[in-house]
Amino acid sequence: MTRQIEVDVTRFLAARARFGPFEIAFWLTAFATIYFLPGRHLILTETAIWGLFALSLDLILGYAGIISLGHAAFFGVGAYAAGLLAKHEIIVEPTIALVVAGLAAAALGFATSFLVLRGSDLTRLMVTLGVSLVCYELANKFGEITGGADGLQGITMAPLLGVYRFDMFGHTAYVYTLVWLFVLFILARRVVNSPFGLSLKAIKGNPLRSAAVGIAVNWRLVAIYTLSAGYAGIAGGLLAQTQAFASLSVLSIERSADALLILIIGGTGYLYGGLIGALIYRLLQDYLSDLTARYWQFWIGLLLVAIVIVGRDRIGGWIYFVEMQVARLFRRSAQATSPDRGA
Amino acid sequence: MLTILFDGVAYGMLLFVLACGLAVTLGLMNFVNLAHGAFAMAGGYITVVLVNRLGLPFVAGLVLAFFVTAAIGAVLERTLYVHVYARSHLDQVLFTIGLVFMSVAAVDYVMGSSQQFIQIPAALQGQFNVFGVGVGRYRLLIIVVCGLLTVALQLVLTATRFGSRLRAAVDDQRVARGLGINVGRVFAITFAVGSGLAGLGGALGAEILGLDPIFPLKYMIYFLIVVTVGGTSSITGPFLASILLGIGDVAGKYYFPTLGAFVIYTIMIVVLIWRPQGLFARGTAR
Repeated sequence: MTRQIEVDVTRFLAARARFGPFEIAFWLTAFATIYFLPGRHLILTETAIWGLFALSLDLILGYAGIISLGHAAFFGVGAYAAGLLAKHEIIVEPTIALVVAGLAAAALGFATSFLVLRGSDLTRLMVTLGVSLVCYELANKFGEITGGADGLQGITMAPLLGVYRFDMFGHTAYVYTLVWLFVLFILARRVVNSPFGLSLKAIKGNPLRSAAVGIAVNWRLVAIYTLSAGYAGIAGGLLAQTQAFASLSVLSIERSADALLILIIGGTGYLYGGLIGALIYRLLQDYLSDLTARYWQFWIGLLLVAIVIVGRDRIGGWIYFVEMQVARLFRRSAQATSPDRGA
Repeated sequence: MLTILFDGVAYGMLLFVLACGLAVTLGLMNFVNLAHGAFAMAGGYITVVLVNRLGLPFVAGLVLAFFVTAAIGAVLERTLYVHVYARSHLDQVLFTIGLVFMSVAAVDYVMGSSQQFIQIPAALQGQFNVFGVGVGRYRLLIIVVCGLLTVALQLVLTATRFGSRLRAAVDDQRVARGLGINVGRVFAITFAVGSGLAGLGGALGAEILGLDPIFPLKYMIYFLIVVTVGGTSSITGPFLASILLGIGDVAGKYYFPTLGAFVIYTIMIVVLIWRPQGLFARGTAR
């Protein structure tokens, strides 16, 4: 009897971890834009970076249930690290510099993760917010290093892998960003579908019971927080590298709030939320700032309020609905064996 | 030195009046209201309009700021907030941040993005000396008004029927309902008064804190610090915390101007790690 359940669960989880047709289509479309939308590469690069940043937040919010209002701290540290490495030509190769930027952010994430372990949601909110504010003040204060309010200027990027130059139309930058996004996404997907990722979901559901069944709650949280910080750092680093600029705004509260908003629009807890949210957010922002340049924040705020009043589950639900419809279409042609997600 | 102390106390008192509404919603009702600063800003702008444009006396402006903001708070509570009480903290954060964004953009649209000043009557301007200590008249007014409010609040919470109903509703909503307490109404009144106090604080503080559309974002962190550091189990905790914060901030900016707000944030993090329930909380009851 127990054996049968075990087999069922294993099969269910394995089926869920498999790439669906929807996902393959998503990434094929993403890579197709390299050829089909060359005029939009600057905007798409930014969108991909936003997506990666929101994805990093999803790792802690959607999977571990940690509310953070200060994720921009890691984004900013990554951005400044990548910017400074390039500006002073410490590490010339952008790829390696980006890895180092991610590691720097991850180190900060590891150090501050112990602060996040303690207390309730509110304490976490305050501590994450506090950490990002301290980072902001530090970047502002050490203006001779970071450029202060003027931003970090005079970054010249070396050619990628020593061959590909960053052109002014952003073609190289887009391909570079997209490849990073894809690689990191696959990695995140592996992580959340691994036993480690499943244990995080258990912790999110009920930390006390998770501890009772033998999950090392604190260490798991430290690990995912560190990983998430590293992701955010790489997103920040990408921004600094592709724009050859880093300003104090990379550390601001607004940036943290935007990431949260993007993630909420797309839905939490299935990794694509950040990417889809970033696309929608970008389109909205374009449309609204054409409509009312200075006051588009109002509509963003209204959107947030509406999302909460209507209910986040129902908002995120539309994506799941589309996915199910597409899956059903495919299932009709080829017989699939995977049980329903809702089971 | 003593002048700094005096200014710090005035600043702290002001922070307390601004934040005590938040202490109640956050601490007692367990609702994360990041939009609290928006009510303070509303109070400030209402006073600006009334005093500068319509020429009402300053005191009337303050009183009206309280009542109008309280009314806004009550309406919002009944129409919007009430749907969000039972939701997760994440939903509450998103909802109230949305409100902040809306209020910032709306005020920017109506009043413009420049800093606003309230015309203060001449009798309240300037300083006088008491034993060699420079005492600003306006700051003295703030201390007196806020001090009276604090005492009144404490009395209402501890010594009146309404106060005990509120505490009962907070401790256990279900039992309170069972005893015939109209929990929804108690919360609505509390929320309205809290918003009204924020509005009054915003009107009083426009002179010291400045008043522009990004006010709710700029001071959100200060209000939250007051509440989290002060602990959420009583009204005296936030009061002491805001006095400490006020003195610390004024002194910090005076003695270490380059460090800015850095000191405050660091202290907050340290306090939260050391005592997650707040500095003045009794025990570790949740």
